[in-house]
Amino acid sequence: MTNSLEDLEQAACILVIGSNTTEAHPIVGLRIKKAVMKNDCKLIVAEPRRIRLCYYADQWIRQMPGTDVALLNGMMNVILSEGLADEEFIRERTEGFEEFKKIIEQYPPERATEICGVRPEEIRRAARTFASAPSAAIVYAMGITQHSHGVDNVISLANLAMLTGNVGKVGAGVNPLRGQNNVQGACDMGCLPNVFPGYQAVTDSQAREKFERAWGVERLPETPGLTLMEMTDAASRGEVEVLYIMGENPVISDPDVAHLKEALEGLNFLVVQDIFLTETAAYADVVLPAASFAEKEGTFTNTDRRVQRVRKAVEPPGEAREDSWIIAQVAARMGYNMGDISAPSVMEEIAGLTPSYAGISYRRLEELGELRWPCPSPDHPGTPILHVEKFTRGKGKFSPVEYRPPAEVPDDEYPLILTTGRVLLHYHTGSMTRRVQALHELDPENQVWVNPADAGRLGIQSGEEVGVESRRAAIKVRAKVTERVPKGIVFIPFHFGESPANALTNTALDPVAKIPELKVAAVRIIAGPDKDKLSFVRA
Amino acid sequence: MKHISLTIDGIEVITTPGRTILEAAAEAGIRIPTLCYDPRLEPYGSCRVCLVEVEGQGRGFLPACATPADEDMVVRTDTEKLRGIRRTIIELLLSDHPNDCMTCESAGNCELQDLAYEYGVRKPRFQGEQHHHEAIVDNPIIERDYNKCVLCGRCVRICREVQGVGVYDFANRGFEAVPGTPYNRPLTETPCEFCGQCVSTCPTGAIVSIPSKGKGRSWQVRKVRTTCAYCGCGCQIDLHVRDGRIVDVSSPLMVGPGEGNHCAKGRYGYGFVHHSDRLTTPLVRKEGELVPATWEEALGLVADRISKAVKEQGPDSVAFLASARCTNEENYLFQKLARAVVGTNNVDHCARL
Amino acid sequence: MARIETPADLEQYRLQLREKFGKYQYAVSVCGGTGCRAYDCINVFETLREIIDKKDMSHTVNLRLTGCQGFCEMGPLMFIHKNGIFYVRISPEAVERIVESSILGDEVVEELLYKSPADGRRIVHQQEIPFYNKQRRFLLAMNRDIDPLNIDDYIAKGGYGSLAWALFESSSEEIIDIIERAGLRGRGGAGFPTGRKWRIARQAPSPDGIKYVICNADEGDPGAYMDRSLLEGNPHQVIEGMTIGAYAIGASEGYVYVRHEYPLAVHHLLEALDQAREKGLLGKNILGSGLDFDIKVSVGGGAFVCGEETGLIASIEGKRGMPRPRPPYPANYGLWGRPTNINNVETWQNVPLILQMGADEYAKIGTEKSKGTKIFSLVGKINNTGLVEVPMGITLREIVYEIGGGIPRGKAFKAVQTGGPSGGCIPAHLLDIPVDFERLQEVGSMMGSGGMIVMDENTCMVDIARYFMEFLTHESCGKCVPCRLGTKRMLEILTKICDGQGTNENLEALESLAADIKASSLCALGGTSPNPVLTTLRYFRDEYEEHIVNKRCPAGICQALITLRIDPDTCTGCGACLKICPVEAISGEKKQPHSIDPEVCIRCKLCISRCPKEAIYTE
Repeated sequence: MTNSLEDLEQAACILVIGSNTTEAHPIVGLRIKKAVMKNDCKLIVAEPRRIRLCYYADQWIRQMPGTDVALLNGMMNVILSEGLADEEFIRERTEGFEEFKKIIEQYPPERATEICGVRPEEIRRAARTFASAPSAAIVYAMGITQHSHGVDNVISLANLAMLTGNVGKVGAGVNPLRGQNNVQGACDMGCLPNVFPGYQAVTDSQAREKFERAWGVERLPETPGLTLMEMTDAASRGEVEVLYIMGENPVISDPDVAHLKEALEGLNFLVVQDIFLTETAAYADVVLPAASFAEKEGTFTNTDRRVQRVRKAVEPPGEAREDSWIIAQVAARMGYNMGDISAPSVMEEIAGLTPSYAGISYRRLEELGELRWPCPSPDHPGTPILHVEKFTRGKGKFSPVEYRPPAEVPDDEYPLILTTGRVLLHYHTGSMTRRVQALHELDPENQVWVNPADAGRLGIQSGEEVGVESRRAAIKVRAKVTERVPKGIVFIPFHFGESPANALTNTALDPVAKIPELKVAAVRIIAGPDKDKLSFVRA
Repeated sequence: MKHISLTIDGIEVITTPGRTILEAAAEAGIRIPTLCYDPRLEPYGSCRVCLVEVEGQGRGFLPACATPADEDMVVRTDTEKLRGIRRTIIELLLSDHPNDCMTCESAGNCELQDLAYEYGVRKPRFQGEQHHHEAIVDNPIIERDYNKCVLCGRCVRICREVQGVGVYDFANRGFEAVPGTPYNRPLTETPCEFCGQCVSTCPTGAIVSIPSKGKGRSWQVRKVRTTCAYCGCGCQIDLHVRDGRIVDVSSPLMVGPGEGNHCAKGRYGYGFVHHSDRLTTPLVRKEGELVPATWEEALGLVADRISKAVKEQGPDSVAFLASARCTNEENYLFQKLARAVVGTNNVDHCARL
Repeated sequence: MARIETPADLEQYRLQLREKFGKYQYAVSVCGGTGCRAYDCINVFETLREIIDKKDMSHTVNLRLTGCQGFCEMGPLMFIHKNGIFYVRISPEAVERIVESSILGDEVVEELLYKSPADGRRIVHQQEIPFYNKQRRFLLAMNRDIDPLNIDDYIAKGGYGSLAWALFESSSEEIIDIIERAGLRGRGGAGFPTGRKWRIARQAPSPDGIKYVICNADEGDPGAYMDRSLLEGNPHQVIEGMTIGAYAIGASEGYVYVRHEYPLAVHHLLEALDQAREKGLLGKNILGSGLDFDIKVSVGGGAFVCGEETGLIASIEGKRGMPRPRPPYPANYGLWGRPTNINNVETWQNVPLILQMGADEYAKIGTEKSKGTKIFSLVGKINNTGLVEVPMGITLREIVYEIGGGIPRGKAFKAVQTGGPSGGCIPAHLLDIPVDFERLQEVGSMMGSGGMIVMDENTCMVDIARYFMEFLTHESCGKCVPCRLGTKRMLEILTKICDGQGTNENLEALESLAADIKASSLCALGGTSPNPVLTTLRYFRDEYEEHIVNKRCPAGICQALITLRIDPDTCTGCGACLKICPVEAISGEKKQPHSIDPEVCIRCKLCISRCPKEAIYTE
């Protein structure tokens, strides 16, 4: 997030796009609701499904899945043609505007309508509301990123923010919501194939030298490694032999489970380190029992870059151990001494090597409760809002984006669009929440949401078991007939291993971020006795 | 910013405009008792426990929680008259209360109990009709026993003002007034989000969490402040630990990104920690089956197989999948293992999922 | 008639109307107030109309069904304008004679005239009737003369002239000055100076410039119907008052909050609003002045607490009608969070009157601190039940004995309760106090909105306190602890005392509770709820003690404490009581004195009502 969670309350307008905030990020949802209820913020929700935030919205735009670029370009076209752009901001703080403008001029709202299905007057209204607000924030989540053109979507949002001067000020900004407690931290810590901690490129020799010195090794690898999806592909080709998974459950979370399973089976050796014998761990050669969050010391970095403490409350069960201990033990057995691996010491090491974490220490965290990076020195108070006076790269760059359709669009054979997401009471792969009795009782099983029109055509009743099939697999799931999804679109949460939504999804990747297109896949629903002819996948 | 100064209990207090008398007093270290007050909510002024005397104002008694502090105000918070009024209010409340602190889930964490203690009310002077509502258990999380309700409206207000959901409102009037759902439908048939915010704000035992019932009184648990392990909001939570087990979760008021608010997962999603499915020993696949093994054996095997692959196929034949669920320190060590020990940049995690 | 675009148009239209009305030979007003409707005045009116139509006289007789004319005890009422004859208790059958004698002719139908109970004299003219002649009917007078469903009647009487004057001859500030100088105080209860209230609302900043005026017509006191009658009988004067108020404080929208139990008031108001809009006296660009102002009607569910201004606002906003703490006052933070000025019906009606009379003239009426007139609904144990408008400062004795005609059946006066259910009971020795805001408060009661309930010697003051407490307990919204639980516990103690179970400790608890509830309740409803108890304790403590110590109810009311007996010397043995007794507690031979078995008797007192000799008494 460029801005902070508190800051959202100050926004005069919030555009929520591709985020079911109240269910996936309930506490961020509270901030948005508060902005609306207490501070008269105008909320625009752009979302195919009727999510709870729609009830608070000034305007609800129901674009077709995968058409966000067209919608956003249409909005920006209106902003330009009606003179609503922040010209001073564009002049002083950005570059590449002229080229960008040329592309946007090709997206009058009427053209955007043809692609995204939102009426021109709705596009105009949203554009005017957003551009004329004294401050406007953009909030998005996986509904924007999990597309074969996810990066395009994000760039479009950045363009919109810059076009209206909504960067680097209170109540504005581009604010992705991170789906997991420490996904921000994992990125910050260099758990990415191309960067060291603090986003220092592995291709940068100076950075490499710094880490070589600190870690006491002669040569660190110079070329970026494989991304998750590439690892799977490499594994099925036999290029990756050993995979060591710590605290992940890709069999549920990744697209095209069949392909993934094939890859896992093709490995020579799979290590899974987790707190449960997850669907993924079932494929492992060695399973290492780890400690849960309540059983260890450490820090998490949340979605608005806040580093906060994790504290040990109880002992791990049986022989389960902290991940840090396990990692150090493996390293030791490979002849590398990781030294003092207590959490405060490791943070000291991180701070010494990571400029944005340089001012963070356990002593300060105990005292202040939280610190937001960038925090470059021990006397720095942390940074609630990014890009206040200038962008990290100097001037903000407009990158024109053309609309590209999703990799898979519905056709006669697979006429429905499947989109996936979370529900309120479950979390990610369900390994935790589905083991909580009360949550399980309240939301025991998976459902596919079907519009009454589609349900009528297919002869489906609410509560009936149906088969949902894509080009990759089929799953068995109960139908929920609801107007909360539009005609032609079905929604399936991905928490449920016994009917895994991600068995159906597409592995098509975004060319830059390598993110899979989990939000758009073509499927069909088979009801009645015919469904029994399908072979259903279970995780 | 401008400042205003007023006198509270003879002390000159400097505060910022917009603060209530209650807040101004707190800044000066003067505690005024409350019951219907929650800093997350709009002032309500229903319990009358926080009444203070303000010179030259109306009937002379004003609720500190709802009255803005004003320049040159002269406030008294603890006069004999006020103590008398507070005692009467507590007596009135206790005259329609089960007074079953022995078994009440909230004993020790009950604002009514604390008030009765502070004001020394043992047996109310007034006896009369009491309510005999049936306790409502219509879902696995929230139990409501309106016999203990003091009608402070905190549940009604937090659900409406903070959650923006509004599952509850009052029904009936006067003595018969009681909070409830529309047409007394079960919570499962309302838009309830099971966040437990109503539980967190209830000053008595009228709304309690079912999963933690009977598992430990407030003085029997140790509270450990930590960061929620679910979504990326990073709410601060307190794990309530008794006998080595987490028995409940609460959210510290006005701390961290959540500021004391929480959702169903953060508040009730702790049960997995002690679930019998937890892995308690390393497992090693032997003859196609995963069987328990010692750490020595498992770690040795992992190190050997990685070393072997590195030696035979090169470091890039090994890949590491880190965790968005683990701590910064663990992830740091994990990528260090990949880069420094194994010598590969094949390290990623599910940031994209 | 099209819109009236300018004040000159208005004046011209008024002259046209006067000319038109002047062409009628006769004008007759039949009271159509709620009280008279109960006596079937509609039938009287319809009969009259039929006769007029049959005689083909509809163009010569201007017939009006008016709002309440006040003398409800004597309804249905009819007033014949040309000769001032005033008839009471008219039956439809009598109408024909009235037409022949008094409308076509100038004869008086003697037996339909009001008969003075004092000397049996028949009185021809309204003004000569004691009930009327002590009153000063500035507001209620209009009720007799206009048809509330016809804006022309109001305009012909000079209606909307004050508005035209305000908009074109005066500034907002000046209007507020005038209201202040006139000394108008809110007629809804607390008597807050209206001008000052307006000034605060005028000066209060609004986030978007929007301000509101509200008319509180949520009259909820049992037996009170002042505002109802004003709204039913003369809705335009409320509209005119509100529009002037809106101009003064800078409001663009108004609400009338009226309870659904007043369907006639709602009907008349809605009709009046439509007519005013049609005439350009409401809505956009009123009278061509540039002022935009309109009024919506919000119909409430009839909760007593919605008469409290913050409760009322919550109710208009669609929330549960519960008061909230003040400050912030509605003048700063009211409806939808905007500055809002709330006055009740009677206050608003005073506004055009003040502008018409001038502040100085108006201020001559009343006392030093309480100006103008006040309308009371005089009910209870009183001969002349009705709506009375009196100058402030009049004594209670004048109201009770001169206007009200004293206590029926020669019983002794015991107390008068003013200020609605949470007012106080004022005893006989204070009958000479002047009726003004301060004095009533000093004796433990209040002006309230104008309820006045007279009690005679057969009223038990403990029972009365219990009765009012029951009402207040029932009407408590339940928000604050002292009102919700305090009134309940007080009611329980009072019930105990009435049942003969009371103790001295109860009395102490009652007094201390009353004091604490008064001090600590959130709104005025709770804060004044102990008044009936406090005043009865103050003035009739001996009655409480009789109940507690001697287990006696001196007034013979509290069932648990009385015994019914038959005086053998008076009883003629007619058997009427024996036949009516539902539990067969009475026995006796024919023509011999009867007796009551106290073990069986349930003290329902049916026998007392039946006894022709008044031989049955309570002990």
